[in-house]
This record gives sequence, structure tokens and C-alpha cells, in this order.
Amino acid sequence: MPHFAIVAVSILFDGLAYAMFLFITSVGLSVTMGLMGFVNLAHGAFAMAGGYLVVTLTRTLGIDFVPSLVIAAVLVGAASVVFERVLYRRLYKSTDLEQVLLTIGLAFMAIATATYFYGPIPKSVPLPDWLQGDVNLGFRYFPSYRAFLIVLGVVLIAVLWYGFERTNIGAKIRAAVDNRRMAESVGINVDRLFTLTFALGSGLAALGGGLAIQLFGLSPSFAVLYLVLFLIVVAVGGLGSLKGTLVAALVLGVFDTAGKYLLADAGGFFVYAVTVVVLLIKPAGFYGRE
Amino acid sequence: MAASDITSATNRGQTRERAAEYLLQRHRFRLTEMLPWLIAIGVFFVFPDRMTFGSQVLVMVMFALSLDLILGYAGIVTLGHAAFFGIGAYTVGLAAARLQWTEPISGLFAAAIAAGIVGFITGWFLLRYRGLTLLMLTLATAIMLQETGNLRSDISGGYDGLPGLTFKPLLGVFDYDLYGHTYYLYALGALAVVFYFVRRIVYSPFGQALTGIRENVRRMHAIGSPVHRRLVTVYTIAAAIAGVAGALFTQTNAYVTLTVFDFDNSAKVMVMLILGGTGRLYGAFIGAAVYMVLEDYFSKLSPTFWQFGIGLMLVLAVLFARRGILGLFENAAEYFAKRKQP
Repeated sequence: MPHFAIVAVSILFDGLAYAMFLFITSVGLSVTMGLMGFVNLAHGAFAMAGGYLVVTLTRTLGIDFVPSLVIAAVLVGAASVVFERVLYRRLYKSTDLEQVLLTIGLAFMAIATATYFYGPIPKSVPLPDWLQGDVNLGFRYFPSYRAFLIVLGVVLIAVLWYGFERTNIGAKIRAAVDNRRMAESVGINVDRLFTLTFALGSGLAALGGGLAIQLFGLSPSFAVLYLVLFLIVVAVGGLGSLKGTLVAALVLGVFDTAGKYLLADAGGFFVYAVTVVVLLIKPAGFYGRE
Repeated sequence: MAASDITSATNRGQTRERAAEYLLQRHRFRLTEMLPWLIAIGVFFVFPDRMTFGSQVLVMVMFALSLDLILGYAGIVTLGHAAFFGIGAYTVGLAAARLQWTEPISGLFAAAIAAGIVGFITGWFLLRYRGLTLLMLTLATAIMLQETGNLRSDISGGYDGLPGLTFKPLLGVFDYDLYGHTYYLYALGALAVVFYFVRRIVYSPFGQALTGIRENVRRMHAIGSPVHRRLVTVYTIAAAIAGVAGALFTQTNAYVTLTVFDFDNSAKVMVMLILGGTGRLYGAFIGAAVYMVLEDYFSKLSPTFWQFGIGLMLVLAVLFARRGILGLFENAAEYFAKRKQP
């Protein structure tokens, strides 16, 4: 294979794996923001909590990696309901600024708690044998972990798409995102719907956090460092849009990977440049409502 | 003309007069406004060995004041205000390290102009947007500037920064001393000038228009106020002031690194302002001073504990004290005033 084709395939593969991570972690944020217009800067903290739970479950309790992911997602999803009912609920009608401040405060507290219990040094997780090494796709070898990430991402997209487009609850969520007051007046309990999607979104974020350990390592600053990326995915994709989040995750994932391959010095510049251009042209994102 | 028209006309005249009187009243300097400045001068004599830290506090007061202008008065929520602080800091730093331009006061003006230009350009593009889009765009601007600095680390020094900068004596006479006495007074003087300027803006008709935009942007559009132009103007002014604060930061520290562009820096200044109270000028003073003193004390004990503390303070402030420390004082004053006259 010619050299540029090898590079292109590597970029596409790694970019796709990265995009799946971005999608899994950001989709919950997008739906909850679309439903309530709530600016949740603590979303990264839920992802981080998931990551550290996976570390504890695998390292201390000796549970396998994949079941740990599931347990962490369920636990964080359940815990997020408490936060939603006790704190977030009070600020649904408040200004952006107050929501930003409350959730930044929560993120800071989460980072401090994680530093206290796990220390500032990045953590890793033990992977099962079948996720280590490379997998042969006929023409080239690829790291199995990234292949696993892509497969998992595709499965989740299919499940979420089905839930969103083909079930009763999905239809209610779409209705509430489109026009909350109208949805309420036809008898949809938007409040309960929100709690449900919030828990689901936080659980998915925790899953993303667990998956990210192998990609970037996990340190307490994860909560803020990657939060910016999740928010960018949401803003570029458009609030409350499943399709938008997917497209944005793909575009940003591939662009970021390409930027880092081809111009290592420019670092994250590409992602932000793409974000600014997209938002200047389409302020509500790809599929958001103006 | 009917009689009723005449009375209503004189009434209108009286109302106008009363409104003008009210505005003048607000504009006048009150005696209590001397307090922060007296404290600042008092600190100079009481803690002569903590002047470097004192200068840091004054720099952050100025930075928070610039944010108050756009956040507290115009209601622009930004997560990238550190961009302008960084531009100012690097204008002075680069001029000193690469061009040997080390005169401090002209450095402040250069920083104000550079940050003002960036503020004008970004503001003109970004201030059409609101909510999450605006948050993300301001955040991305600051990070892009940081990445640009990192890309050209041959010029900017990258994350190692520009260490060991030296500046010429102030006005050619007062040299930098080991305890930072000169620079404390220099920063205090700069802050006083900036504060006077900001106070004039806030109580001018322009300042009233900004408050109007914050309270109800639709109505301001409806009465024909040039909303976008006013927002860009105040954004440019605030950027220039943040640039001056950044320049002072570089001059008092004698070094600068790319961390000035960090999201943490934007968040920190916002926390200070919220803690003190937004839209009331002196909130910046109280917030920055309280935050810096607490940070100095607690982060020595345990940085983790301190970070948890800021988070908790923010959550509590949003839930129970939305108008900051000054707001709490006002509530207390009101409470006691009511109890005096039953």
C-alpha cells in the first residue's frame, strides 16, 4: 500500500475510535441540555467518577474490565439522580451564569475528592487478553482495543437510535426537546423524563470515562480537561440532537486525530478552529434549532 | 391646549428633574468608597514584607473589575476572559524579552492597545451569539491563542514561558526592590486610574444602556438602542483593562508562561467576582482580596482541600447568596434597618 494510504487509513481508524469515545460521553449531555437548556459543566466529573470506579472495581475488587464498565455506568447513573433531584432541579429556571457556577463548583469538588482518594498520578486498568495486542483486518493490523471501541460505539448508536426514534419514550423526549411547554400540556411528564435522561446520560458518560482510561490515562484533571471537548461536540452538533452529536463527534474526532498525526506541534488547534468556523456559520450547530 | 396637558407637562418636567437628581446621587462619591483604598494603603505599612503578594491581589482586583464591566453590567457570560489577560501579559513579556522594550508604563499602554484590538475583533464576531454558543466560542478563543503560543514556542517560550524579565525603573527613578514595595504602589496607582475610568463608564448613559441590555435585550432593541455596537464597545474596553492587568502581572512577577491563557484562569476570575458580588464595582475588590487571602492560606495547608473549598463556596453562593459577599452585607444592613424602626 502506498504511504499516504497507510497514513489515511490509520487516521480514519484512530479518528473513528476517538469519535466513538466522544459520542458515548457527550450524547447524554446533548440530550439533557436540549431538554432543559441546562449548562452542565459537571458532566466531565461524572465521566471521571466512572473512570475511577472502573479502576477500583478492576484493581481492588478484581472484577473483569467489561463487567466493571457496566457496573460503573449503572452506579454513576443512579448517583446522578440524587444530584439532579437535590441540586440541579433548583436551577432549571435560573440564568446560564448560575448554572455554570453551580456545576463548575461541583466539578471542582469532584476533582478534589478524586485527588484525595486516588492521588494526582494517572491511573491505568488491567485489560483482558482479548483487548490487548492487535487484530488482523485482512490488509493491516489494528490495535484490538480501538477496534473494540468502534464496535461498541456502533452498537450503542444503533440501540440509542432505536430507543430515540422507535419507542414511546424516545418520542416523548423528542417532543419535549422540540417544544417543552406543548409537550407538558399534552400530558408528558417532562420533569420525570428529564431525570430519566439525566441518569442515562450520566451513566453513558461514566462508561465513556471508563473507556478513556486506556486511551489517555485517568487523572483528576480529566473532569475539566475533556469537558471542553464534550461541550464542543454538543455545541457543534446542536442541542438535543442524536444525529448532530454523532456527526460532530465524527468530524471533530477525525479532524483532531488528523491534526495530531500531520502537524504534531499544532496540537489541539484544529478542533478549536473547526468549532469556531462551524459555530460562526451555524450558531445552533449542525442540527440544532436556530 | 387643555389645562390637564399643562399640568402633565410640568409633572413630566418634575419627573425628569427627579430622575436626573437620582442619577447624580448615584454618581457622587460616598465616604465609604474611601474604605478599600485606605485599606490598600494601610496594608502597605502593616505588611511591608508581603508586598509581592499584595501586588498579585491588586492585579486580580483589576482583572475582576474588567470582568465585572462585561459580566456584571452588560450581562455577557464568557469563559475566555483569560485570553485578554494573556495577551496583555505576553505583550509586555515579549516586548521585554525579544525587543528589549522594558519601560513599564508605556508597556501598560501597549498591552491595553493589543488586548483591546483582539477584544474588538473577537467581540465583533462573537457577541451576536448567546448562551452555550457564546460560552464555547469565548472558551475556544482563549485556547486557540494558547495553542498558537505553543506552536510558536521559539518566540513565546512555550509552557516554560519567558523567565527572568527585567524592567526599567519606574519613571526612570524608582527601581524594582526585592520586597516589591515600588511595584505595589505602582499597581495601586494603575488600579486607581482604571477604577476611576470604569466608574465613569458605569454611571454614564452608556453604562445605563448596558444595564438595560442585561435586564431586557429585546426592549433595548425595541427602543432603538444599538445593542451590538454597545456590547462590542464595552467588550473592547474590558479586554483592554484585562490586558493592563495581565501586563502588571508580568511586570510584578518578572516572568510569564502560557498558563495565563488557561481555562482555570478564566474560571478563577469569575469565581472571585461572583464571590464579591457582580455589577457593583467593589465586588471585584472584596472577591479578589478574600479569594487570594484564603487561597494563600489554605493552599499551603492542602491544595486538595482548597480546591474542594472553592467548589463548595461556589455551590453555596449559588444556592444561598446569589449576590455575593456585598449582597450579604446589604441584606444584613436592610435587616437591621428594619428592626430599628418597628
